[in-house]
Amino acid sequence: MLWIKLFCFVITIVCAAPLTDLERDINNYIEVYHKYSSRISNLIEPEGIEKLCSDLDVSCTDIRFLMLAWTMKAEKQGYFTQEEWIRGLMALRADTIDELKKALPELEKEVRTPPNFADFYASTFRYSLTEEEQKSIDIETACQLLDTVMGSTFRPQVDSFIEYLKIQNDYKVINMDQWMGFYRFCNEISFPEMTEYNPGLAWPLLLNNFVEWIREKQA
Amino acid sequence: MSSRQNPEIMTLEKGCELIDAAVTKLKRILEGKPEPAFLSEEYIGYYTAVYNMCTQKPPHDLSQQLYDKYRGIFEDYDTHTVLPSIMEKHDEYMLRELSRRWDINKPMVKWLTRFFFYLNRFFTARRSLPTLTEVGMTSFRDHVYNNVHFNVKQVIIAMIHKEREGQQIDRALLKNVLDIFVQNGMGSLERYEGDFEVFFLKETASYYSRRSSRWIQEDSCPEYMIKCEESLKKEKERVTHYLHSDTEPKLVEIVQSHLLVLVAKQLLEKENSGCSALLREDKTDDLSRMYRLYHAIPNGLEPVAEAFRLHVTAEGNALVKQAEDAATSGSVEEQVLVRKMIDLHDKYMVYVTDCFQNHTLFHKALKEAFEIFCNKKVAGSSSAELLATFCDNFFRKAANDKSSDDSTIEATIDSVVKLLDYISDKDLFAEFYRKKQARRLLFGKFNDDHERIILTKLKGQFGGQFTSKMEGMVTDMQLAKDHQTDFEEYIKNCNTGKPKGVDFTVTVLTTGFWPSYKTSDLNLPVEMVNCIESFKAYYETKTKHRRLVWIYSLGTCHLSARFDSKPIELIVSTYQAAVLCAFNNTERLTYQELLEQVNLSHEDLVRVLHSLSCAKYKFLNKQPASKTISKTDSFEFNSKFTDKMRRIKVPLPPVDDRKKVVEDVDKDRRYAIDASLVRIMKSRKVLPHQQLVSECVEQLSRMFKPDIKMIKKRIEDLITREYLERDTENPNTFKYVA
Repeated sequence: MLWIKLFCFVITIVCAAPLTDLERDINNYIEVYHKYSSRISNLIEPEGIEKLCSDLDVSCTDIRFLMLAWTMKAEKQGYFTQEEWIRGLMALRADTIDELKKALPELEKEVRTPPNFADFYASTFRYSLTEEEQKSIDIETACQLLDTVMGSTFRPQVDSFIEYLKIQNDYKVINMDQWMGFYRFCNEISFPEMTEYNPGLAWPLLLNNFVEWIREKQA
Repeated sequence: MSSRQNPEIMTLEKGCELIDAAVTKLKRILEGKPEPAFLSEEYIGYYTAVYNMCTQKPPHDLSQQLYDKYRGIFEDYDTHTVLPSIMEKHDEYMLRELSRRWDINKPMVKWLTRFFFYLNRFFTARRSLPTLTEVGMTSFRDHVYNNVHFNVKQVIIAMIHKEREGQQIDRALLKNVLDIFVQNGMGSLERYEGDFEVFFLKETASYYSRRSSRWIQEDSCPEYMIKCEESLKKEKERVTHYLHSDTEPKLVEIVQSHLLVLVAKQLLEKENSGCSALLREDKTDDLSRMYRLYHAIPNGLEPVAEAFRLHVTAEGNALVKQAEDAATSGSVEEQVLVRKMIDLHDKYMVYVTDCFQNHTLFHKALKEAFEIFCNKKVAGSSSAELLATFCDNFFRKAANDKSSDDSTIEATIDSVVKLLDYISDKDLFAEFYRKKQARRLLFGKFNDDHERIILTKLKGQFGGQFTSKMEGMVTDMQLAKDHQTDFEEYIKNCNTGKPKGVDFTVTVLTTGFWPSYKTSDLNLPVEMVNCIESFKAYYETKTKHRRLVWIYSLGTCHLSARFDSKPIELIVSTYQAAVLCAFNNTERLTYQELLEQVNLSHEDLVRVLHSLSCAKYKFLNKQPASKTISKTDSFEFNSKFTDKMRRIKVPLPPVDDRKKVVEDVDKDRRYAIDASLVRIMKSRKVLPHQQLVSECVEQLSRMFKPDIKMIKKRIEDLITREYLERDTENPNTFKYVA
């Protein structure tokens, strides 16, 4: 009996307290949110996204923007929900647009650390799926995405792979397995020597063909 | 002398006097000098003297002294008489002396042991001393054997060498002497092995090493092998004549090693007489000898089997090349090629069973060889297709030839099944065979028995699933006959009479067994429509649970064409008949009009019109009279046509469906791979990539050899379809998604 009483007592205390820091922050985030969100849907829509990017001084296709979307765990490309917004800004502790802008370089450093980057990389694929049942992205989109996400760290591999994707005929789309396969490839295989690459292992066939194509060119 | 009861003490001095006399006498006897033999009283006397001396009360108990005396006798004799007598001789004489001295030593030990016997009863045992026999033998060993064995061994080896060079030697002597070596091991073969055998084997090794270097240069492979066999035989005889039996395996191993193993490569690869040459020239005796010789050596047969495999592969490849060359100049002669392959197989199978004693290595070599060239393509056709064509031609011919007897048919069928075993794309063969069988059953002549024989054999070898469709087809033909009889009964009883006086035969095929055929919405001439309808009505009475689909592309019609000069019977396909009958109502039709009336596809109509107006027999006149059909042509019935024949068969060239067969098989393979992958993952749950691939290949190997790339693609497809997923920790492993 005593126990139960005590429990109720605690709750009463919380309700009576003034706004916590947390609540104040959230209110701030929502305030900023409303600068970009649509009145009707209460979502930030493509127009709002563009304005946001301009205010943040990054391009919408910049990797830092993608990283921001990842932090928010945004689901649909071109849109942010209020929940996602709050999540993102809370993680970055950014109350204003300026603070958000300042937080981006730090964010990039953070995301580039190994376990984060793998997750981020996978998410960029999912993020670019536009339809309900869609499981793969077309070559054109894949090439752009690769350039954005991996271009700065693995320039030679990305350039080579993009060239290959454009000239090959076997695949018209890239699926998640192949997408992740390329990530592993960049991290595990030296380039352009590729001595560690063993086609007998479980690399996707697309990468087998890619390696073969490079070898033929080198010969 | 006094009796036993007399307590007179015998002194050692007295005793020794007595003993010495006995010993001297004994020596003389044993050395063959004239000396009367021991009388029994003498013998008893010596024995008694020893007995007394041993049983005297101390201090007159002379056992120890007698024991020492006994030993002394031998030591003295061996050192001062026996050893010098041996050492002063040489060569064979030395051996003889040794042998003689040994033969003396034994009885000497025996006799003296008898005299001194009482010592053995208590003294030696109580004091744990060596027995009298042991003392005697040990003395010989220590004082004689140990000093002479080295030289003796040299002599023995020299004699053996002489014998190897062809001279006669005294084998009995050697046997005796070597026995001395054995015996002086005192129960073990140590002395024999250490003092003789090891040197003998070394000498043997260098002897045969020299031999083989000379022979390998001078002799051909068969000659060398004969010499080898001879040498082995002689060495084995040597063992029975004078060596210890334990030496045999070691000796044989050395001879084989130097004559066969170390020179194997040189011998087998000899330019004009080595393994391949022998195979080329069918030298079965020499090959059998080669097998015998190398069979005894561990792993010895492997190079021979390898040479065999290479040879058969080369022969097979030559056949394939021949066929390729013939194909470029003329046609692919499947009959010839397959026949030759069968003959090649039979020929070398005989080699395997006879020369190579049915050894598994050679069965394997033959199999591997055939698997290489049996899977080569000839002029674009795979071997699977060639074999199927061979069967088709064979069965067509056999059905027409009443005189062909069953045993040759069966023999050929057996050979076909054997060859099929070597072909990896068995499913491709099945598909081609099925297509050709369909044509054979529907259009050609076929022999029901023959068809069933091959199917039974194929079923036995490759399982029921392989042949189920084909069997279904053959059964259908039988059922069709029954149906036809029934149908004709029905017509008679139906009072409608023969539909417009047309004889009509129907073959009902069970879908699924037969290859899929295109259907078309052909507009039939009215006479044929009636036939169709009456059969439909009949079939309704038999069963309501089946739907009939009419395949007009497979039908045949007999038409009577009334040309101006004479009527001629035309045997044509249903399509052709439909087009011709269109001219019953008008003289002239354009392409477009025909297209509408007959309702065939462009492709089919062009083919039909070509066969009727641009081919050998021009039943229709085409305007313009070019060699190809175009959509603007028009056609006219050629009433002026005639031929000396009263009946003409107009072939409609079949569409080349090789590509389609390959496509169909590829599609089936994709399903088979998918099913196999899912099956494996379902039971294993988690499996690394390489294992998954190898198990899949294993499972499917009975029907075809799956392409690794295709398997990879299917795995990826299954991942996309969420049957499998990659293990997050280990990307090389897959997990089953339930």
